[in-house]
Amino acid sequence: MEQLLQQLVNGITVGSVYALVALGYTMVYGILRLINFAHGEMFMLGSYFALTLIVSTRVGVLQLVPNVLLGLLLVFLFSMGLVSTVGVVVERVAYRPLRRSTRLAPIVSALGASLFIQNAVMLTYGTQYQVFPEGLLPTTVWRVFGVEVTLMRVIVLAISLGLMAALYAFVQKTPLGTAIRATALDHDAARLMGIDVDRIILTVFLIGPALGAAGGIMVGLYYRQINFTMGWTYGLKAFTAAIMGGIGNIPGAMVGGLLLGILETLGAGYISTGWKDAFAFVILIAILILRPTGLLGERVAEKT
Amino acid sequence: MALLEVEDLHIYYGNVHALKGISLDVGEGEIVTLLGANGAGKSTTLRAISGLVKPRSGNISYRGGSLNEIPAHEIVRHGISQAPEGRRLFSTLTVDENLTLGAYVRLRDKASVEDSRKRVFDLFPRLLERRNQLAGTLSGGEQQMLAIGRALMAAPQLLLLDEPSLGLAPILVKSIFAKIREINEQGVTIVLVEQNARAALKLAHRAYVLETGRISLSGSAQELLKDERVRKAYLGEK
Ligand SMILES: Nc1ncnc2c1ncn2[C@@H]1O[C@H](COP(=O)(O)OP(=O)(O)OP(=O)(O)O)[C@@H](O)[C@H]1O
Ligand SMILES: [Mg+2]
Repeated sequence: MEQLLQQLVNGITVGSVYALVALGYTMVYGILRLINFAHGEMFMLGSYFALTLIVSTRVGVLQLVPNVLLGLLLVFLFSMGLVSTVGVVVERVAYRPLRRSTRLAPIVSALGASLFIQNAVMLTYGTQYQVFPEGLLPTTVWRVFGVEVTLMRVIVLAISLGLMAALYAFVQKTPLGTAIRATALDHDAARLMGIDVDRIILTVFLIGPALGAAGGIMVGLYYRQINFTMGWTYGLKAFTAAIMGGIGNIPGAMVGGLLLGILETLGAGYISTGWKDAFAFVILIAILILRPTGLLGERVAEKT
Repeated sequence: MALLEVEDLHIYYGNVHALKGISLDVGEGEIVTLLGANGAGKSTTLRAISGLVKPRSGNISYRGGSLNEIPAHEIVRHGISQAPEGRRLFSTLTVDENLTLGAYVRLRDKASVEDSRKRVFDLFPRLLERRNQLAGTLSGGEQQMLAIGRALMAAPQLLLLDEPSLGLAPILVKSIFAKIREINEQGVTIVLVEQNARAALKLAHRAYVLETGRISLSGSAQELLKDERVRKAYLGEK
């Protein structure tokens, strides 16, 4: 029982990161019917930017920044901002010129952008694993009902759930958020309302990469080891989560991410650790065969 | 001076020459109807006025200024809104959210937006009862009310209506047409595209008949109601 609870907590933690990254896939798909295969690289870039910032400003080591948490907050904000900028550039360079072309062209372009970013990072940092500094945060551990909860885990959960709640409120309650939902349904009708569709696309390419970057930073802080290929594995898992929730469906991506995290952790715990990374793909294939519209959504079937 | 003036408008969809030199004008306070068979170019004309398609040549001017170079999302700000063919509601958004989006360009002016919303609800009390319902779950008649209401939320001076009676039972058609008259009496100029030629001609002041991208006839609605060719082709008489 305790073991199960522990695994649920672990699963929700990693799942909340999948969910954050999945939101980027789902929002872009919702607006452009385009799978942004370069999105995994936004996640990876977030991690690398954060590492660089932490090492170069010596957050937590030299105490240049008076408080580690404040320092980390700044690291998050800066890295997310930088990655947003990259996201917007990718949209301008790789997607916008192809907006009126076939559906295959932007996919090829996305893969190109993805390889370009990976190689740029590899050439800058090298192929070896990069390591986040040790002991950034105190290794406080709480025991709740026999479940071990580390400070890092609490931070990861708080940040990802907080960001998701903020995004949900933004999309549901603000005029710009409502305009995003409207544009996802019908570009021309949105234009008739006076919505500037290019601005909506820009907004989505600011938000998606920022959330992906936050996920990457947390994975870096949590596992401490990062590599320039990490965008592929996490990207594919987050993509699976987005498909699970019904791609294009924002709450669906959140649910899909959490669910995938839980299933994966339970699978690793009760079936086999070695196959942990394979579970996501088994699930992806099963969903595509059995329920291609995802658990919550009908977006794929709805006008394409 | 006319409120809206279209001169020698040519529109292409790829190689399809959809409008082949349309000229028409609409005066302030008028109801002008565009009639014509399927594929004649009625919707294309409205889409061009809203900026959704851009002319290859010709000119669209509104209050003396050209709309040719103005992007679609800016045109609403000039006081031109449209209830498009097929309604094009945001189906998974609520009635209220659809109405709010209709006023997207002037949301800062909260009091005036709420005033418009109240006027839409006065015009279509049914929408008030359904305000929290998803637009996609409304009946056909209610959806048409919402499409018109959403266009009214922009507080337009010129309202473009594309086949508002499409798919409605005769009794509903009557009530929608009565509402259109009411909107016009409140000072809104209207361009009405209709298949239902008889009802449209009874409501409108003037009419244009389109045939494969050209205007074949025009005149006052009363003249056209009596016109031999119109009676044969559009009013189903022999
Ligand atoms: N997106 C498009 N791509 C290519 N051709 C188009 C497109 N939209 C319209 N057309 C063509 O342009 C012409 C005019 O179409 P339009 O929709 O304006 O006609 P309409 O008078 O509104 O017809 P209806 O009464 O059926 O609504 C038609 O020949 C149509 O096939
Ligand atoms: Mg039409």
